[in-house]
Amino acid sequence: MRAQLSPTPTGRRILLSTVSSDAHTWNLVFLQLLLEELGHEVVNLGPCVPDDLLVETAAAEPFDALVISTVNGHGCLDGARLARALRADPRTAHLPAMIGGKLSTRGPDDTSYVRELAEAGFDAVCVDGAPETLLHSFLGALPPAAPVRALPSGTS
Amino acid sequence: MNTPAVFPAPAAPAAPGGADLGEYVRRHAAADLVVQPRMGMSDPEEMAAGVRAVAGARARTVATLTIDSYTRVGDESGARDALARQGRINGYPITVHGPERTAAVAAAAGDRPVQVRHGSAAPGPIFRTLVRAGLSASEGGPVSYCLPYGRVPLAESVAHWRDATERLAGECDALGRRAHLETFGGCMLGQLCPPSLLLALSVLESLFFVRHGVRSVSLSYAQQTHPVQDLEALAALRRLADRHLPGEIDRHLVLYTYMGVFPETRDGAELLNEHSAELAARAGVERLIVKTPAEAHRLPTVPENVRALRRAADAAARARTSSLLPRAHDTDHGAVLEEADALIGAVLELSDDIGTGLLRAFEQGLLDVPFCLHRDNRGATRTAVDPTGRLVWADPGALPLPRRTGPSAPRRVRAAELLGMLRYTADRYDSLGALHTRPRPLPRIRESLLTAS
Repeated sequence: MRAQLSPTPTGRRILLSTVSSDAHTWNLVFLQLLLEELGHEVVNLGPCVPDDLLVETAAAEPFDALVISTVNGHGCLDGARLARALRADPRTAHLPAMIGGKLSTRGPDDTSYVRELAEAGFDAVCVDGAPETLLHSFLGALPPAAPVRALPSGTS
Repeated sequence: MNTPAVFPAPAAPAAPGGADLGEYVRRHAAADLVVQPRMGMSDPEEMAAGVRAVAGARARTVATLTIDSYTRVGDESGARDALARQGRINGYPITVHGPERTAAVAAAAGDRPVQVRHGSAAPGPIFRTLVRAGLSASEGGPVSYCLPYGRVPLAESVAHWRDATERLAGECDALGRRAHLETFGGCMLGQLCPPSLLLALSVLESLFFVRHGVRSVSLSYAQQTHPVQDLEALAALRRLADRHLPGEIDRHLVLYTYMGVFPETRDGAELLNEHSAELAARAGVERLIVKTPAEAHRLPTVPENVRALRRAADAAARARTSSLLPRAHDTDHGAVLEEADALIGAVLELSDDIGTGLLRAFEQGLLDVPFCLHRDNRGATRTAVDPTGRLVWADPGALPLPRRTGPSAPRRVRAAELLGMLRYTADRYDSLGALHTRPRPLPRIRESLLTAS
């Protein structure tokens, strides 16, 4: 699987967060370590992030992408609301954003919420248990990093 | 057994459900492990039925009212809305139901104590309601109910807890009852916190309660990855409590069955539950908060909870006479004792006020919970599971550990290693459960795998 992927993209500045109702943090700790190992810089907002705090943080500093991880089963509702807030603000309307985790309480066979999350504004929705694969292709598909934030060659 | 000067009898007879938790545990712990569920239903009738079933279980039990996640964060209108919309929420909304209805629910416990478990960084309204309902026992702490789960600044949590603890103690005293508080500090993030830091936080939170007027406390510790390491920790916790708490303060130890990722198979989960009861018995811990085999998949039912309480009590009774584990006081617990005492001492030196000391210690990284993302936690420490299964410091950050106990050189923890450590106990017990000789091992595993999906 891994061999089919493009070379690991590195040097991105990523905002990592969860949704407002989710107090879980091990998923966020794991993703931060993973993203840092892939050579990215991570700002981790921790648990229970209110929508406005997330939008303000995303607007205040330059980020290449937003990664939302949530496992309490309310991601389908809270995530859609968050994405609409993100897209409604001109400062964050174009920030590439993905969401993943346990997004519904109806079990792994229910993926009916994917369309709603995408329509609300997410560029990628991860529903299976392989976040690494989707993260990889999501980050690989980002537009080139702004020159000021590009890492020196040789770090990839 | 009761020395009146030290453990005054309640001035008025306890209302049903209002039995003194510390006194009940003291009376029974010599003969039996006291067992208790985490149980919270939003409907008062259902909650009362749960309390009644726990009180009637064939074991020495304490009943529990576990509070819902809206009430925990002080969102009473959110709890009302969700109740109106969905019919039920994930716990007992004590402030919504109020003191009178709560007293009626607690009465189902008869002569058993009832403890309110909540998870709040601002427990004032919860404490106020439980006192008016005739109760006196709760749990938590300014650090343990702040850092792991939310965004409330630690300074705010300390201020809330200071005020709420003093009111709880004072109001109970005025009513002829004795407040009891249990620390949650022995459980930071549920897993992957080395024992010395858990012990230090548990002792510091118990001291915080005592300094603010509480005269009956319990000190918690959550089962981790290695039984002998846990026994050493519990032996050290007993000695630290005796060293730091004033002699007249009633105290006991409470163990939590594993609080991290739980085994998915029924056999694995039951084995882990039994081992926690065995650990409690060999450590001489007085009380155990149990889990159920349903834990990895959903909230347990009342009969599942009652069955788990009985199994735990039976396993503990067996382990009192026969076990492969040593007794806690026979273990070599010098290193964890020294490490925890160094952490406690560093905090006590910072201020005469425990709350202020805790705030300064976290600010300076003298207390620093591994993998905790809270803004007031420095986040420089890292844990590892060593090849023998013990929790060790991969990076102790700025913790003031004694030279002889700390790691030789700090190292990074990688994402894949973290994932393995988070699943270490669950995976091990799922394998052990599959190997365990039981009457019908395979069908039961298949069945639980099917219901899991």
